[in-house]
Amino acid sequence: MAAYQIFSSRVRDNLPVSLATIIEGPNVGATLVVTPEGAQGGTLGNADIDRVVTRDAMGELEAGRTIVRHYGPHGESTPEDLVDTETVRVFIESFSPPPLMWIFGAVDFTAALARVAKVLGYHVTVCDAREIFATKRRFPMADEVRVTWPGPMFEERGTRLGPRDAVCILTHDPKFDVPAIQGALATKAGYIGVMGSRKTHAKRLERLAEVGITAASDLARIHSPIGLDLGGRTPEETAISIVGEIIAARTGREARSLGASDGPIH
Amino acid sequence: MRELLDDIDRWKAAGKRIALARVVDIEGSGPRGAGAAMAVNEDGEVIGSVSGGCVESAVVTEALAILAGEQPSRVVTFGYSDDDAFAVGLTCGGIIHLFIQPMEW
Repeated sequence: MAAYQIFSSRVRDNLPVSLATIIEGPNVGATLVVTPEGAQGGTLGNADIDRVVTRDAMGELEAGRTIVRHYGPHGESTPEDLVDTETVRVFIESFSPPPLMWIFGAVDFTAALARVAKVLGYHVTVCDAREIFATKRRFPMADEVRVTWPGPMFEERGTRLGPRDAVCILTHDPKFDVPAIQGALATKAGYIGVMGSRKTHAKRLERLAEVGITAASDLARIHSPIGLDLGGRTPEETAISIVGEIIAARTGREARSLGASDGPIH
Repeated sequence: MRELLDDIDRWKAAGKRIALARVVDIEGSGPRGAGAAMAVNEDGEVIGSVSGGCVESAVVTEALAILAGEQPSRVVTFGYSDDDAFAVGLTCGGIIHLFIQPMEW
């Protein structure tokens, strides 16, 4: 019971936690709760195996990976040690905090994008310097609404962004866009998208060049104009095209219809 | 399993026995990945899903048998088309391995 309570409160608080469960071998069903700090509750039945699985679960948790691993009855994990011995199979399930989406610009498209992002499990932050637009009341679906400029936002917590996270810049306003792009490029964010017409995009490239952003490796990270070419018009359709592009960027797919391609679906 | 916690809490508070089924591995094409979970309580109430509808009813049967002590906690495989005792086809043609256990932790 204690193990479940530790586990469920970590998941609810969006803190990383891993569940290691014996699915074959002695003590089937025994469960150990592991966090980046170490084992926190439960046991797999003996101290040796608890120690080895804790070490491995911490590694899997860091990678955000869910996997089945094999051990000898006392936690042996090298293949030679596993010959002719009873094996213990352990399911290590990692629960990572939700990915982050930062949306710059408190506009109509923002509300639709925040809604769709929530469906996909993102923790959504809306950021705009204009106090009358950046309100929780206009964006009740967002997890957080910040009234600030991009610079301070990235300075304060840009290091939190990683490969699973997305920055979507919907402001259309160069005095906001350019620092937001600069800030995003300095992070490890996996996706950076910027809204605007093709004309706006061309002008934006000039402004970025003025502040010294010209490296091909930087420009290649910027998805602009943001979104897939679905031909949609409404904020909701645009939101779907943006998250579609985020998924395709992660999987490296071209986002064609499955009916127009062959090969494995997943 | 994140989405099951509220119901699991409620069931635990009501003293219900619960079986938890989790996808531990998939081979080939599968609708849900490792970690997809469903839970069944002793009254046969079901939450969550593990495959998008292909094998859920068979999982409920297995889960209730495990809760009743008729079967031990174990890995159950779905998707073989041979005479496997748990042969329930997945429309996508993949194979999923589920671990089903009473929730005693």
